[in-house]
Amino acid sequence: MSTLQVTQARVMKSEWTKLRTQPGALWSLLSAVILVVAFGILYSLLRVARPPHGAAAAASFDPTSVSLAGVQLAQVAAGVLGVLLITSEYATGLIRTTLAAVPRRLPTLWGKAAVMTGAVVAVSVPAAVAVFLAGQAILGRQHLSVSFGEPGVARAVIGGALYLAVAALLGLALGALLRSTAGGIAALFGLLFAVPILVGFLPGSLADEIGKYLPGTAGLAVTTVHPDPATSLGPWTGFGVFCAYALVLLAAAAVRMRRGDA
Amino acid sequence: MIEIHELTKRYGPTTAVSDLTFAVRPGTVTGFLGPNGAGKSTTMRMILGLDEPTSGSVTVNGRAPRAHAAPLHEVGGMLDPRAVHPSRSAYHHLLALAQTTGIRRSRVDEVIDAVGLRSVAGRPAGKFSLGMAQRLGIAAALLGDPATVVLDEPVNGLDVEGIRWMRGMLTELAAQGKTVFVSSHLMSEIAQTATRLIVIGKGRLIADTSVADFIASAAPASVWVRSSDQRALATLLQSPDVTVSFADDGALVVSGLLAERIGAIAAAAGIAVAELSTVETSLEDAFVDLTKDAVEYRAASLEEEK
Repeated sequence: MSTLQVTQARVMKSEWTKLRTQPGALWSLLSAVILVVAFGILYSLLRVARPPHGAAAAASFDPTSVSLAGVQLAQVAAGVLGVLLITSEYATGLIRTTLAAVPRRLPTLWGKAAVMTGAVVAVSVPAAVAVFLAGQAILGRQHLSVSFGEPGVARAVIGGALYLAVAALLGLALGALLRSTAGGIAALFGLLFAVPILVGFLPGSLADEIGKYLPGTAGLAVTTVHPDPATSLGPWTGFGVFCAYALVLLAAAAVRMRRGDA
Repeated sequence: MIEIHELTKRYGPTTAVSDLTFAVRPGTVTGFLGPNGAGKSTTMRMILGLDEPTSGSVTVNGRAPRAHAAPLHEVGGMLDPRAVHPSRSAYHHLLALAQTTGIRRSRVDEVIDAVGLRSVAGRPAGKFSLGMAQRLGIAAALLGDPATVVLDEPVNGLDVEGIRWMRGMLTELAAQGKTVFVSSHLMSEIAQTATRLIVIGKGRLIADTSVADFIASAAPASVWVRSSDQRALATLLQSPDVTVSFADDGALVVSGLLAERIGAIAAAAGIAVAELSTVETSLEDAFVDLTKDAVEYRAASLEEEK
């Protein structure tokens, strides 16, 4: 096809070119991988040095989520990637060049979302599988390991990688809404870390009940092989809730982007 | 072709552009002139479909800016030459832009060559000098081979060589039949390149004219005269169509009469003329004169405060 026309596929190609030529974004992506792998190995080493004592502790020990502990840190890097991908364009004024070329505007937002999700999944799935295998090798020294084939394990590992992709989408949506790098990152931290702390101040059972539905807690349910129903939603339900947060914010970002001045 | 009809843009309580109506035609360079803050950039953003008019309409090549299937092929714009990702190379900046519309890769190389950035195309655009950044901005504007080109202050900050290059480029684009709309806050920058002029001040249209007419309508040339008898000559020159005044140093300042005629009158009266010089009104003076009521910020004159 050689006619000059803006299409969603072409905008995605353009956004891919931008992503791979934006060092800040690539560093965020690399940081996410390093955090997943390095912190997972570190935490596995820590737990193997101090194995669970007693039957109750041993029963609730989840070797899969121990090896995936790095996901909770890497979500920051993934979220920052999402924020930067859009706010760097607002900060430099490049967004005007971009949107003058794509005046319907939303293909740009969807293009960024798609390319970024693809990139995060492409690096985080291998990272999560690798750190799972490394973590189990470490935990195996104390016979604490599980195999990838056991029920719920593969889902938790792949879910950990998908969690990072959705965290990145959350960052993208916040960046597009606030159009400021500092504001976007602050909002991301607030949503993922500050809100759970505030909810923690509520009376116990209420805190647990509300806490389940907070984005981070809900999303991380997918990385737990046996989520505790008292404090956590089911794995895919929780992940669905996490996705819903990202989608609602993306929809709000789309409305803001589509209407009014660029 | 750009057609602007009763265009108004307000940001909260501030009216940036008020009831503008004008057209910019193909095949000529049209200068868009006004003091800083007059609403030029706002108008250009609306032409590029970036800002939404509060009321009124803008069409580019007959359609609303945001209705084009391939906007880069319809209107190429440069608003801020520094609006690039600082660590992305010039080549990839242009490539990403081209890819949105399916513009072929070889066209990216063409525009890089056309603006003379070949040797630095692989370097991060954030490290470019202002002159190089302006050239990159022009390259981006030309990428889609658009029928209409809109450039905000393209000559601003360029050195002499850069200014000459930019003028040549604008003239060539117009010769190709493109609509070329170029803003500036300096009349002298525009006068040598543009043939048409749109002048605005405080968001309102002040003039829609040709450069030649604009210069002709500006305050007429005056003639400075020094002679053996200034008072006698002043009396002789006096007539309803002529104004005569004395400069601080005693020279006669005459407007409404050509120098030759003044010389002839003096000779006939036996007055020896020591100096006779015609002073053209500068374009900048004419422009300042035209927009003096429409300047948003101006240093208070000391004379006025006395």
